[in-house]
Amino acid sequence: MARLDGPVRFRGGGFAPRDNRWASAGTLLGLVGLWQMAASAGLIKSLFLPPPIAIGAALWQLIVSGVLWQHLSASLVRLAWGWTSGTFFGIGMGLAVGLWSACRSPGMAVVAALFPIPKIALVPLFIVWFGIGEGSKIATLAFGVFFPTVIATAGAVDNVPRGLIRMGQSFGLSTAAIVRTIVLPGALPAILSGFRVTSSIAIVLLVAAEMIGAEQGIGAFVLSAGNLYDTDNLLAGIVVLSLLGLLVAWAIGQLERALLAWR
Amino acid sequence: MTGLRLTLTGICHAYRDLTVLDGIDLTVEPGEVTVLVGPSGCGKSTLLGIAGGLLQPSAGRVAVDGDIPDDCLNPLTYVFQDFALLPWRSVADNIALVLGKCPNPAARVAEVLALTGLTEFADAWPKQLSGGMRQRVGIARALAVRPACLLMDEPLSALDAQTRDLLLEEFSAIVARAGTTTLYVTHNLAEAVRLGQQIVVLSRRPGRVREIVRIDRPLTGRTARDPDLVAMEEHLWRTIRDDAAAAERERIDGKA
Ligand SMILES: Nc1ncnc2c1ncn2[C@@H]1O[C@H](COP(=O)(O)OP(=O)(O)O)[C@@H](O)[C@H]1O
Ligand SMILES: [Mg+2]
Repeated sequence: MARLDGPVRFRGGGFAPRDNRWASAGTLLGLVGLWQMAASAGLIKSLFLPPPIAIGAALWQLIVSGVLWQHLSASLVRLAWGWTSGTFFGIGMGLAVGLWSACRSPGMAVVAALFPIPKIALVPLFIVWFGIGEGSKIATLAFGVFFPTVIATAGAVDNVPRGLIRMGQSFGLSTAAIVRTIVLPGALPAILSGFRVTSSIAIVLLVAAEMIGAEQGIGAFVLSAGNLYDTDNLLAGIVVLSLLGLLVAWAIGQLERALLAWR
Repeated sequence: MTGLRLTLTGICHAYRDLTVLDGIDLTVEPGEVTVLVGPSGCGKSTLLGIAGGLLQPSAGRVAVDGDIPDDCLNPLTYVFQDFALLPWRSVADNIALVLGKCPNPAARVAEVLALTGLTEFADAWPKQLSGGMRQRVGIARALAVRPACLLMDEPLSALDAQTRDLLLEEFSAIVARAGTTTLYVTHNLAEAVRLGQQIVVLSRRPGRVREIVRIDRPLTGRTARDPDLVAMEEHLWRTIRDDAAAAERERIDGKA
């Protein structure tokens, strides 16, 4: 027979990872620092991978010459139109699919068939349909954003507790009032986390679309720098895209904090 | 007695091939509290859903007759077991939600908040409240529409025993004063004898009316230790004991 004697050992620790902003920022800065040190020590050739200081200098040049803003503004306009229209129609169709039997199966069939198509492959078609100008680029973004938005919204509507909808019905609220006061706010958290995915998709598609027949835009800029093996400018463009992604993610985080304070 | 009478005739209900209710006849008299008791899974919630038009019965009909006050916004009004509060609306806004047709919603909200002791929580989110406070909001919301008939589905079952007793006292005082016709579902027999003027006992699934008893004694003044009420509670327990045990066994067998 065994004997127990002594304090009870603590065994409830772990499995509770926490966020730390300083660790996030520190890691990125540390990696950049290491990269710069390796470059300064001659371990990395600058054509192979330009050092952070060279990229920073190229970026600074782009900023002060106004070139960056020209490209960035063209890209931001496309991003805004493409993402907004894809999101608008995506939420509309997602609601329809989530709320009405008449839309559900037909809508989901169309989405399931078209979602997996790489939108890049459709760019030539979009050019035929919408012209070589802004139309085809915005359509590429909008299509890319539309389908994931439909799926996220329809799933979000499905997950709104039915008991809350029954409550609305039991108090005689109209269908429109139930959608506006119960379904939409209940679906909002999942719709907003869908924004994280669709904004990244939009940035990826933006660059791809601008690589086909655009003079202005970060994607066009990156492409032309790449063709010239101007790696400093190539990476400066990529840094801008990365910062853009971070900025959008931060903005969505702020939006969530403002709109979802009730959670 | 003025008020609404609710008459259920020959109600049957089946979910696919599971027959849940089988020929229920029941009258909820105006101004009275009718309590529906029965073992879990016997179809109490189903019957309540049918009574208020949230569920379509497979057979039978529900009829109302009687006068409703001019300021009544929603004659048949539910109070839910899980409270059914919108977590993204404050307490006051949860109540205002159902007052769309009310000429002065703010005053109505303030009035029912005061009645249920919630005034200082008007701006709180539901998640900040205890279960008892949340159900007070559920009751306040129901009273705000000046209902002609309250339909309550185990409103206290999600609460701890002490909160339950407190709310039971408050609620029976409110109903005694207002004289609102009430159909109240519970599996708690102590609640049944404290609130019920008519107690309807359902059998295990498929639910049928097994017994109807009356307690003709005013709601005010009923206490948990009243010997007549204790005796009634024991009588009810003997009636449903075997059914409750059978229902419990069925659940373990995974049939329910
Ligand atoms: N939507 C539903 N679909 C299928 N079966 C259901 C549904 N709702 C309830 N049931 C079944 O019907 C029976 C009665 O349910 P319910 O009315 O909730 O009983 P109670 O409220 O008396 O516990 C239970 O066996 C339950 O599993
Ligand atoms: Mg129930």
